[in-house]
Amino acid sequence: MSSREKILSAIRSLTLEPKALPDIPHFSNSGDLVERFTQSISGNKGEVMTKSEFEEWFSTSGFSKVISLSDHFSKLATLSLPEDPHDLETLEVAILDGQFGVAENGAIWLEDSQLGLRALPFATEHLVIVLDRNRLEDTMHQGYDKIAAAHSGFGLFLAGPSKTADIEQSLVIGAQGAKSLRVVLI
Amino acid sequence: MKTNSPSVALFIPCYVDQFYPQVGIATLELLEKLGCQVTYPSGQTCCGQPLANAGYARDTVGTARHFIETFNDYDYVVCPSGSCTLHVKEHFPTIAGLEKEQEALEHKIYELIEFITDVLKIEKLEGKFPHRVGFHSSCHGQRGLHLSSGSELNQPPYNKARKLLENLAGLEWVELSRTDECCGFGGTFAVTEEALSIQMGKDRLADHLEHKTEILTGGDMSCIMHLQGIATRSKQELKFLHLAEILNQALS
Amino acid sequence: MTHPENAAEFLKDSQKSKWHDETLWFVRDKRDKVSKGIPEWEQLRELASGIKDNVLANLANYLEEFERNTTKNGIIVHWAADSEEHNRLVLEILQQQNCTAVVKSKSILTEECHLNPYLEKHGVEVVDTDLGERIVQFLNQPPSHIVLPAIHLKKGEISELFHEKLHTEKGNEDPAYLTQAARVHLREKFFAAKVAITGVNFGIAETGEFVVCTNEGNADMGVHLAQVHIACMGIEKILPRRKDLGVFLRLLARSATGQPITNYNSHFRSPSTGKEIHIILVDNGRTAQLAREKFRNSLKCIRCGACMNTCPIYRRSGGFSYNSTVPGPIGSILSPGLDLKKHSSLPFASTLCGSCTDVCPVKINIHEQLYEWRQEVTKTQGEFAKGLSMKLANGIFKSPLAYKISGSLMRNAVKSLPNSLIYHPLNTWGKNRNLPDPPKESFQQWYRKNRS
Repeated sequence: MSSREKILSAIRSLTLEPKALPDIPHFSNSGDLVERFTQSISGNKGEVMTKSEFEEWFSTSGFSKVISLSDHFSKLATLSLPEDPHDLETLEVAILDGQFGVAENGAIWLEDSQLGLRALPFATEHLVIVLDRNRLEDTMHQGYDKIAAAHSGFGLFLAGPSKTADIEQSLVIGAQGAKSLRVVLI
Repeated sequence: MKTNSPSVALFIPCYVDQFYPQVGIATLELLEKLGCQVTYPSGQTCCGQPLANAGYARDTVGTARHFIETFNDYDYVVCPSGSCTLHVKEHFPTIAGLEKEQEALEHKIYELIEFITDVLKIEKLEGKFPHRVGFHSSCHGQRGLHLSSGSELNQPPYNKARKLLENLAGLEWVELSRTDECCGFGGTFAVTEEALSIQMGKDRLADHLEHKTEILTGGDMSCIMHLQGIATRSKQELKFLHLAEILNQALS
Repeated sequence: MTHPENAAEFLKDSQKSKWHDETLWFVRDKRDKVSKGIPEWEQLRELASGIKDNVLANLANYLEEFERNTTKNGIIVHWAADSEEHNRLVLEILQQQNCTAVVKSKSILTEECHLNPYLEKHGVEVVDTDLGERIVQFLNQPPSHIVLPAIHLKKGEISELFHEKLHTEKGNEDPAYLTQAARVHLREKFFAAKVAITGVNFGIAETGEFVVCTNEGNADMGVHLAQVHIACMGIEKILPRRKDLGVFLRLLARSATGQPITNYNSHFRSPSTGKEIHIILVDNGRTAQLAREKFRNSLKCIRCGACMNTCPIYRRSGGFSYNSTVPGPIGSILSPGLDLKKHSSLPFASTLCGSCTDVCPVKINIHEQLYEWRQEVTKTQGEFAKGLSMKLANGIFKSPLAYKISGSLMRNAVKSLPNSLIYHPLNTWGKNRNLPDPPKESFQQWYRKNRS
């Protein structure tokens, strides 16, 4: 008997009391979505900014290796998307469009169609996500309602920069992935 | 309640009977002051918890049968210990032939404080007790019998013992850093994991001392016995009383 | 060594054990605060518990649905009955790829299967890429906590280790500096690896996707750069529907570390063009646990670690005291199912305070299962003497007369004997604690005199 058969038949040999799958009720919170989202992102050690705030930061940052997949900032790109993700090793800034954000925790949904290369938001040194301020959801439940039928090979709720607290619980931003997250609300 | 004066059987845990008779006396006198008709059924022994928690629940059938028979004829069974009460309610082995009596017992046995607040429906007590009192929340009382809200749960805060104590004139309630951490008694744990048990007890005591507790109280003498044992050994200036003793004194 | 011996050893360094207790208490406190910001928190726990109950009641069907959908999505599914088969399957995939260096993100399952030593024995270099895991790997230690693998180490120790392994400045203990050094080191490994291994937080039957959560982004750094992604998944990690993730992702990080969500929550449905994803579905004792009615629901665990952070024992004895891949309260109910003899002291490493049960996001009745495991341990592993003394006690308690005699004997013994001569349990009691002053009469005696 294959292990597959062995495992499945071991389970099927048990008398298991039936348990109904619960329905998930509608949960919602009060409060302004933009305000809550902004707070959440900042709690996750990212930063929410306006378009002009972002442009000011960018113009003084002096970055030369920039990929932008966002139509809002296509002019800022200095590089086009490579074929091989290994070429992202020295990338300084990636600018992407996010599909929507979740107010309760700052999570932003991204799929293959926004990412170009799946490694992009992780390998880049700094990550910028452009988000429509009218596309904010209340909780994760609304978030999953929104992507219920979506079909992408890869999707991601991204909520902040790469971070760790593995050394004595001291929070350090910029572990293995992006060292910063900026969310530009437009 | 069958009459105006409820008939209450007192269950005094074995270690209280042997080491803390004053707690049994205070429980009895307090219930009488509150208008109950209290009997102490002779022949009672122990609930069997020490054995069961050590992994020998199967050897407690005789003890449990004896317990059910001893307390069968009373309207209520009241016990000055959350831990023993919980054991009778949840961990008695099923006793063949006494299933009905056992089920009735599970519903009529109460820890002292919950009997006062939930059955006698006493909202507050008039009396005085001019001391700074630190409350040790016993785990079985709190998480088992829900005598107070747990810090782990998202629920409105409440504390049945506090409700009764708070109204006593002169009593100052001590706010602790860790409101409901275990003291480390844990029955046989106290001896099988001695080092941890002692450290947990020391940490609880430190919290009380830091917040200037004068009298440390609680609903379970087992926790108090452990904490008092450590405090006495290290010559700490703390007094220890069971809740029944405080309430009984305050009402006199 | 048994748990009490290990715990006593851990407590000897009182400064470090105090730090360990306070640091983990701080994490629990963060969890309390953030959970109280969610009005429906208790409802979410109830839902999560209910969903997992449904999964366990229909596990075979969900596994088949999951397999069907993952396969349709282009993911290759393997089944492993035990850890040996799991390890062999991983090695075979690596050999097909001619891969001799692999990056791995956090997976308690691969720890449970002892994958690293197996692969190393077969000439494969394994690099754990979670910072905490890399630290303990450098020390040849297992993680001491399932979420905070290096919580038993102080920054001075890590600084020394990194000086030796990564040539950081001697004596520089700045966590930011040390993390940056690890970043450089690990990114080099990510960009070189052909194959990346990850664990799985959730597998969704309905869609055939699986979800991996990290804060560091190390799982994604590994898999998106590698040609092949191997995901190792315990068969209990299934959820029925995509929308169930809404419930579980709201609970997981809040319970684990008090943050509203992990920063990276990746949903893998099909491989990028030209790449491969393999899933290995592992039993390794899970179907046996499913068969144990009293312990079945321990399989609901989502490995958040909240029960460790809250446990007054774990905080003061450290993860290694359990000598079990999953330590703490949940480990103490899972591990006896794998090896009762080896782990027989774990169900007793608890006061049954119940805090673990109340923090558990999927409402596993952990402390009740500890109690039940004790009953099992004494059946098969009980020391003869302990059993006998307990039987004796039962004889005493069921007989009022015997109880009275032994009670007064005990009181008199306490009165007349020096502490060192009092029988064993009281003797241990008295090492660091006084006994109560024995009263002149018991309550029974007082009652007879005064009330009857």
